[in-house]
Amino acid sequence: MSEPQEIIPIGKNDLVGMVAQLFAEGYRLVQIGCTTLPSTYELNYSFDKDYRFKNLRITVTPDEEVPSITAIWPNAFLYENEIHDLFGLTVKNIAIDYHGTLYRTAIKTPFSIENVKAPEPPKQKAEAPEQKTEAPDQQTDSPEQQKE
Amino acid sequence: MAHKNIIPFGPQHPVLPEPIHFELVTEDEKIIDAIPSISYVHRGLERLVEKRDFIDYVHIADRICGLCSFMHCLGYCQAVEEIMAIQVPERALYLRTIWAELSRIHSHIFWLGVAADAFGFESLFMQSLRLRESVLDIFEETTGARVILGVCKVGGVRRDMDAETLEGIVNRLTTMKGDLEELSTVFINDYSIKHRLAGVGFISKEDAYALGCVGPMARASGLALDMRTIGYAAYKYLDVEPMVESAGDCYARCLVRIRENFHSIDLIRQAVSKIPEGPVDVKVKGTPNGEYFSRIEQPRGEVIHYVKGNGSKFLQRFRVRVPTFSNIPAMIKVLKGSDVADVPNIILTLDPCISCTER
Repeated sequence: MSEPQEIIPIGKNDLVGMVAQLFAEGYRLVQIGCTTLPSTYELNYSFDKDYRFKNLRITVTPDEEVPSITAIWPNAFLYENEIHDLFGLTVKNIAIDYHGTLYRTAIKTPFSIENVKAPEPPKQKAEAPEQKTEAPDQQTDSPEQQKE
Repeated sequence: MAHKNIIPFGPQHPVLPEPIHFELVTEDEKIIDAIPSISYVHRGLERLVEKRDFIDYVHIADRICGLCSFMHCLGYCQAVEEIMAIQVPERALYLRTIWAELSRIHSHIFWLGVAADAFGFESLFMQSLRLRESVLDIFEETTGARVILGVCKVGGVRRDMDAETLEGIVNRLTTMKGDLEELSTVFINDYSIKHRLAGVGFISKEDAYALGCVGPMARASGLALDMRTIGYAAYKYLDVEPMVESAGDCYARCLVRIRENFHSIDLIRQAVSKIPEGPVDVKVKGTPNGEYFSRIEQPRGEVIHYVKGNGSKFLQRFRVRVPTFSNIPAMIKVLKGSDVADVPNIILTLDPCISCTER
């Protein structure tokens, strides 16, 4: 199937300008998603025009403020409130700011760096001798097989 | 000058099958603002990726929602398969399409029933659910389950259908089509239904686009937006046509869903006539290392499953952007300026799926 998808990493300060440009080109805002990395947050702004899928990506630290894009896309307020409530990031100048009442979860900011336990990437086996690298691969390769 | 009142709507309300809360700011009978609050039943399923490996997680994706259970599973599997470059056998793609379309039919008929119940047409509600039952029977016979199907897995599907069963499904749906036509006539022509829905909750094409409407909500306003046209699963081999209406009101949203039912029956017929022989799954080796946004069309619209893995057995991030979430800004816009008595109908024609939203 493989739908072509573009992910463009940009700086935080370029965000509003680039989003405004996409708006002028007739794109629609599909979603804003956030990913918790070990020490930073990765924000994906997804856009679509005639089924062409495009993403802008910014990376911010927990104490950084994220600019709001609600002045361009009014429906972004919901995603930005979500990011504030679940990840604890501050989004500046949201058009409709619920101040943390959109998600009334039992734990405050459940997706923040303090709460999320990121999985360890597998250890590199490049330096090990060739014969030995194959055997552990087969073991870790098929979790389904192990279950069955 | 009337003063402002705040009416709490939900989380428990007679017309709401699921809990969502709105604070409706009113002046006399007019609504001037609506403030949503979700998370009444937030389950934190996205963070369960920390505890379940990517193969196990399929079962959780299956349980995000009852009505779109299969679609969530399909979207998740598709994203993982794309990252791991797994070539899913053609037959599995066709089977996925058939189950996905059956899910769409059962969800739409269920919606028609619930909508009928909301505007006080009890017998129509009963008739709709009776029809839906035959789709659930097909699910039970082909997958062993009625609601949470659990047939989709990374690399294919768990069960195959023989030619006889496939023929049987088409025959049953042909019979159902007659009943559905009869049911649709009531929805389309009945005076009181028209009176209740026509002209209510209008949203223009421009607003629908700017506010990020998806699914029947967007299509009822004249936007031909249907993710099936990008050709995931076996849709690339079928004639998919987005069902578009232009009126943009509650009645148009109802019509879109009725027409989609018939289109889905046609898609299943096409899929059954083209389904190739062959295996239904492939062995999965390795772990996902990469990211992908899988986009599919649920009964309620475009859903996005974002999967990010770093080569470990456990995913780094799984996010679902559900259609209901995307439709909430438009819902708030429509609610502003409408009458308090129309609120249940407006919220229902959007077909909010809170279970999806509260993932």
